[in-house]
Amino acid sequence: MQTIPINTYNSPAVVLELIYQIKIKDAMTKNLITVDENTSLRQIQNLMKEKLLTGIPIVNGKHLLGIISVDDIIQALDFGYIEDIASKHMTKNLIVLEDDMPISFAISYFDRFKFHRFPVLNKNKELVGMITNRDITNSLLMELNKAVANLEKEQAFNVDKKIINQVQSFTVKKHDFEEAGYASTQVKKFLKKSGFPAKIIRRAAIACYELEMNIVVHSEGGEIIAEFSPEELVITANDCGPGIKDINLALQKGWSTADEWIRSLGFGAGMGLPNVQSVSDDFSITSSREGTCVISTIKLTKQLDKEV
Amino acid sequence: MLTVEGLCELKGYKCALLGNAEDEVTNCYTGDLLSDVMGNAEEGSVLITIQAHKNTIAVASLVGIRAVVLCNGRTSPEDMRKAAKDEGVTIIETKDNQFSASWKIAGLLGLK
Repeated sequence: MQTIPINTYNSPAVVLELIYQIKIKDAMTKNLITVDENTSLRQIQNLMKEKLLTGIPIVNGKHLLGIISVDDIIQALDFGYIEDIASKHMTKNLIVLEDDMPISFAISYFDRFKFHRFPVLNKNKELVGMITNRDITNSLLMELNKAVANLEKEQAFNVDKKIINQVQSFTVKKHDFEEAGYASTQVKKFLKKSGFPAKIIRRAAIACYELEMNIVVHSEGGEIIAEFSPEELVITANDCGPGIKDINLALQKGWSTADEWIRSLGFGAGMGLPNVQSVSDDFSITSSREGTCVISTIKLTKQLDKEV
Repeated sequence: MLTVEGLCELKGYKCALLGNAEDEVTNCYTGDLLSDVMGNAEEGSVLITIQAHKNTIAVASLVGIRAVVLCNGRTSPEDMRKAAKDEGVTIIETKDNQFSASWKIAGLLGLK
């Protein structure tokens, strides 16, 4: 198998597709500066300086005869033949690529030979371009960019399709520590199965669990409703009273009305609602003697920086 | 690398239920208030606590705690071990208090 330098048998399909799909003609430089065989090396040296080139093809019309590189110019200066014409000193044994070849050929040629550029010919053996490592890097980066953007879109779409308009509701009973945590476990499993990032799942699990435990610990019973849409998860916690006397106090860290028994079970740290608030993108609470309603919204589409 | 199995090797620490032996433990949190644990424990942690009941496992599972160390000689009830088995959370029991347990586990984690 070819290694170029990634191996071509178990690399990601999207990368392999790219290096076979991109043709050399898509990546190569087409606007070439060429000279004929009677041009002097001095003229070529000046041309290189002026156009910032490191190698110039010598042609007869569209027919490639050879290449003069910076190295050839240095040699010419060294040995005093800079005024000679190109045909006398150009490299004639050239390794060329064809414009219809996939870019993988060029990558492997650069791996195998020490040249900095390869001339590219079309089917009629006419010079149509030159390709350098820089050309390959640029075209690969641009195409990788497109390919990864497509992959991301596809992934988002897959997630969206699964969760459109899902509603799950769970009955939560007063002081039922046996079943407590069931709703949040289900919501967490659903999000995990749908492939959401761990950070989002953690936030959803925390919000759901705290709301669920609030109903178990503090209320006469109620329900948790989880509504999934492509954009967000809305968790609604409704209970049948007795209501929160002072909502501002309840939102304060460490403030709790839990009794000794509840605390002995590990609840009543006074962190429930503050935890929900801190993980939610939107949060609202209303309360009366008839019941309390808390709505926590967690955005699913964009990965927010919100840390928990 | 510290695994949950590695925690069980501490002297005087008894594995009451082995979840996923190979799970890596990368941090530790000590606390008895579950909301506090929920909001602050990092994923991949071991939880040191005296809360020997089923809800501890629910919290552990939700935030990605790999193992729960029950201190002061408290033992895990049957329903807690069943929940732990379902969720793949390891339960370890010890006579140590939370301070000693924290100190020893910090050592295992290389946090001394």
